[in-house]
Amino acid sequence: MTFRAGKDPVSPSKSSRRDFLRSGAALASMTLAPGVTLMAFGGSEAQGAVDAGKRWGLLIDASKCPSDCSACVTACKDENGWTGHGDPERDVQWIRKVTLKDKSTGRKTSLPVMCQHCESPPCVDVCPTGASFKRADGIVLVDKHICIGCRYCMVACPFSARSFVHEPVTNQKPHAPRGIGTVESCTLCVHRVDAGGIPACVEACNAQGHGAMVFGDLLDADSEISKRLASFPSQALRPDLDLNPGIRYAEI
Amino acid sequence: MAIDRTIYREISVTPHLCAVAMALVACIAAASWGGVYVEHHGHSVTGMTNQVVWGLPHVFAVFLIVAASGALNVASMSSVFDKMAYKPLSRLSGVLAISLLVGGLAVLVLDLGRPDRLIVQMTHFNFMSIFTWNILLYTGFLAVVAIYLWVQMDRNVHPKWTKPAGVLAFVWRLALTTGTGSIFGWLVARPGYDAAIMAPLFIAMSLALGLAVYILVLQVLCLLGNCQLGQKLVARMTRLLALFVAIVLYFTAVQHLTNLYAAEHAGFEAFILRDGGIYTTLFWGVQVALGGLVPIALVWVRKTPVTAGLSAGVSLLVILGGMAQIYVIIIGGQAYSMELFPGFEVESSFFDGMIASYKPSLPEISLGLGGVALSLLIVGVGARVLRILPTNLSDQNLAAKG
Ligand code: SF4
Repeated sequence: MTFRAGKDPVSPSKSSRRDFLRSGAALASMTLAPGVTLMAFGGSEAQGAVDAGKRWGLLIDASKCPSDCSACVTACKDENGWTGHGDPERDVQWIRKVTLKDKSTGRKTSLPVMCQHCESPPCVDVCPTGASFKRADGIVLVDKHICIGCRYCMVACPFSARSFVHEPVTNQKPHAPRGIGTVESCTLCVHRVDAGGIPACVEACNAQGHGAMVFGDLLDADSEISKRLASFPSQALRPDLDLNPGIRYAEI
Repeated sequence: MAIDRTIYREISVTPHLCAVAMALVACIAAASWGGVYVEHHGHSVTGMTNQVVWGLPHVFAVFLIVAASGALNVASMSSVFDKMAYKPLSRLSGVLAISLLVGGLAVLVLDLGRPDRLIVQMTHFNFMSIFTWNILLYTGFLAVVAIYLWVQMDRNVHPKWTKPAGVLAFVWRLALTTGTGSIFGWLVARPGYDAAIMAPLFIAMSLALGLAVYILVLQVLCLLGNCQLGQKLVARMTRLLALFVAIVLYFTAVQHLTNLYAAEHAGFEAFILRDGGIYTTLFWGVQVALGGLVPIALVWVRKTPVTAGLSAGVSLLVILGGMAQIYVIIIGGQAYSMELFPGFEVESSFFDGMIASYKPSLPEISLGLGGVALSLLIVGVGARVLRILPTNLSDQNLAAKG
């Protein structure tokens, strides 16, 4: 039997130990076909790479994000293998472009919204099985092996960042396991980050020459993201909820 | 406490009873089909979406769970509050409470994305989650009510134990409904849910809905099982029901008035109370008028005595109003989009800033109704195999008990 504490206000090192001890299911992996292993996030492989001394985050500069560009969305789809079925209300979306129009001035802005990787994630608090969890480095994930598809996390998420898999999935990527009847959201491309890379959306945005997204370690004062956050105004979405998200926005 | 001299019997099998049982089994079969169909094809065949993630099955499940704790009140009335007239009714109250809860939980489980992983839920607990606490409260409730029934029914158990068992069950049911209300009340992000009043509101709803279901079930069982049911007793329960309905209306008024007071929730209130289309209609027309004001008027304002027919009609209206109320809370609360960017008009492929649509599908309807049928079948079987119904509930017989 596994007991989990949802919220983890304690030190990163403690939380990493807890994550490590978390569950037999965390070690569970399932062989789907020769060479394809469905490794749940939170499994030993993912945990092995977690650096509790880091907190990964993103800074999104809305002024650099053109409304007609959706390179980040396309890149995320390709990277993680989520596609639509022509049913917009039920198709999953790990990341979406939102267009804003200031009600008083009429000024328009555009920006991507995805899982905000909160320090105190409501989805983790409410999840009955502990499938929704936060890694020691701040990345919020769903362990696909123990998600029962109750969707409480979707109701709890203030950002509508999670999607429910409404139909059978095909062609999944080995590094991004998916399953019908479970919930999923942006993983901050944890597989890339663990290998020393950056999320696919950030890479695509840079490749377009927009550079609207900066990825990095919020705990490292010398990182590009920390320096920018220190010198320019930025904001979290729904600051009233005090969730301290890892995703920050500038120039909204 | 006086020893109960009431004679309890298993209800006899009549052709009518069999016919009703068959109909219930058919409903359960249809619900099982619905569950399997959805599990096979995924939730894409339901009306649920990524915006409205809890649909009609949750409405039915929450209704049944809330009514379960309320159904136990009839028993509490006698053993906790010493109203002896209710004593002969308390066994049925316990069995009904258990069966409603089982029906509600069955719907909840079958609506999971992965009902096959029930065992995962039974072995992984996140104690930060109010859901986890609810699972413990539900299973505990079944056990506590079972003990309460046993204490009442086993001749070898001294009647002095009835009261402690009754008190325990009463406290547990309060905790259970508080827990159910808190599933919604603790969701800080949603303007329709985030309110401490959800817990007392749910308790008030449970009193009304549980009693309404109890009155109907009692009437039907007595009819099918040939048991005398005194008119005064029914009238008394119906008047109490009207009082509970008034309490629900009171909490509903407080819920919306406090929300109106907080500027940040004004948009949501305008949606439910004025601009919400189906939700506004359900709120004013079905929840407040048909399920609230009309029953109160029929019972309290009318001068004529409460007949069996009127009592059944009032109970049905209260149930209808309760379903509407839960529908408005659960579906309406999700349909209204969360405000991510205050001061901005928003637009996205994920329906940000829009009112989400929801249309229940056939599998969802059959799943919900199947839960109701399962509850009723369990009560029927309970009344057939256990001695829970008194042979005589006539007014003369009860008069002596006060
Ligand atoms: S849907 Fe899955 S991840 Fe979300 S709360 Fe339920 S079990 Fe947890």
